[in-house]
Amino acid sequence: MTASDPRPVGEDDLHAFVDGRLDPGRRAAVEAWLVAHPEAAARVAADREMRDRLRARLASVADEPIPAHLRIANLAGPRRRRLPRWWPNAAAAALLLALGGAAGWVGRGSVPGPAPAEPMTQAAVSAFRTYVVEAAHPVEVRADGSTDLVRWLSARLGRPVTVPDLRAQGFRLMGGRLLPAGDEPAAMLMYDDDRGTRLTLYSRAGTTGGRGVFRYARADDVAAFSWIDAGMSYVVTARTDEARLLRVAEAVDAQVSGKREGAR
Amino acid sequence: MDDLAVLIEPQIPALRRYANALLRQREAADDLVQDTLERAIRAWPQRRDGDLRAWLFAILRNRYLEGVRRRRGIEVGPEALAEVAEAGVDPEAAMGARDVLDGIAALPEEQRSVLLLVAVEDMSYAEVATVLAVPIGTVMSRLSRARGRMRAFLDQAPTIVTGHLRRVK
Repeated sequence: MTASDPRPVGEDDLHAFVDGRLDPGRRAAVEAWLVAHPEAAARVAADREMRDRLRARLASVADEPIPAHLRIANLAGPRRRRLPRWWPNAAAAALLLALGGAAGWVGRGSVPGPAPAEPMTQAAVSAFRTYVVEAAHPVEVRADGSTDLVRWLSARLGRPVTVPDLRAQGFRLMGGRLLPAGDEPAAMLMYDDDRGTRLTLYSRAGTTGGRGVFRYARADDVAAFSWIDAGMSYVVTARTDEARLLRVAEAVDAQVSGKREGAR
Repeated sequence: MDDLAVLIEPQIPALRRYANALLRQREAADDLVQDTLERAIRAWPQRRDGDLRAWLFAILRNRYLEGVRRRRGIEVGPEALAEVAEAGVDPEAAMGARDVLDGIAALPEEQRSVLLLVAVEDMSYAEVATVLAVPIGTVMSRLSRARGRMRAFLDQAPTIVTGHLRRVK
């Protein structure tokens, strides 16, 4: 105890000492007191060690670059209601899909600007849930010869369809199917990886131009990224982590937009 | 919107760290951060001057508590658990010591948040009191209890000491 600070050392002093929140005079007083109190000194040392381990353990996430979907610009932009984060069950999802579809239909002729992406995402996630569990017929047309699939989809949709190659992301093309959606069918391609994780790419026309940011949505264990590009809407959906799914979304986006520019 | 980004975005790494410490599941943690940021953007016009960091952390913690109340724990899929185990094993835990995050997870939430905000986020006791909306004395007593429990936790011998890392399913 120094003469300059005669107050007795308390529990709060010891915490503030560990946390570096004492002024120099008080710190010196506590340091001197600790020399005479080895048990308290051991506790202080243990608290510091625990703090350092905790910081080290949690450092990596704070050092990472911020994911694009957490940028304020991507959250605060001209946006509509988000996909409900937690859908209670499949029935509610089906109801949302029905409402979303109706709103999209009514809105198409009357409301200018990009149509909401959310009903699209709901439709894509519903389709994902319906077809990924299919053991016998997950796809209508298998990807044995991928040109046949491309030709078939393009013929049915009346526009060239790009089938992205996602082998670099660990996903192989299984095949595809058409789905009813508004006034033009939607195309759904299915991929899987070595562990049996299935992923779908849902795309359909009907959105006015512009280029949207990736939008992330999650419903229970199913994650989806959606975006709009050149009048087409895309949704990738899988039961996987967001980082992996984002890499897939970026790869798809690069391939479909690259293909289109190349074709010009 | 740009000034909003300039003010808020510097806090995002710390918000993610806190969310990860609370949930220990990256996707759920980023969902929580996204939810927090959306709240913050909406509430921005009503925000009174004051500590921005404390304001954001308070929103995050309140959203977290609401989520826990509503769901009684966040559902975590098996893939997600594997992810967590792979993402970062406590090096000391790999050597047979106990994982410090297991100790944190075993604390009551009010003690856990105080310890995380003080020790990891380096907040002043007054700032933590603002985040939790409790008096500073309460912050100090929770901090004291949290540290006592953590010392006891880390002192205990680990349950299994082998040459292997924890099982990654």
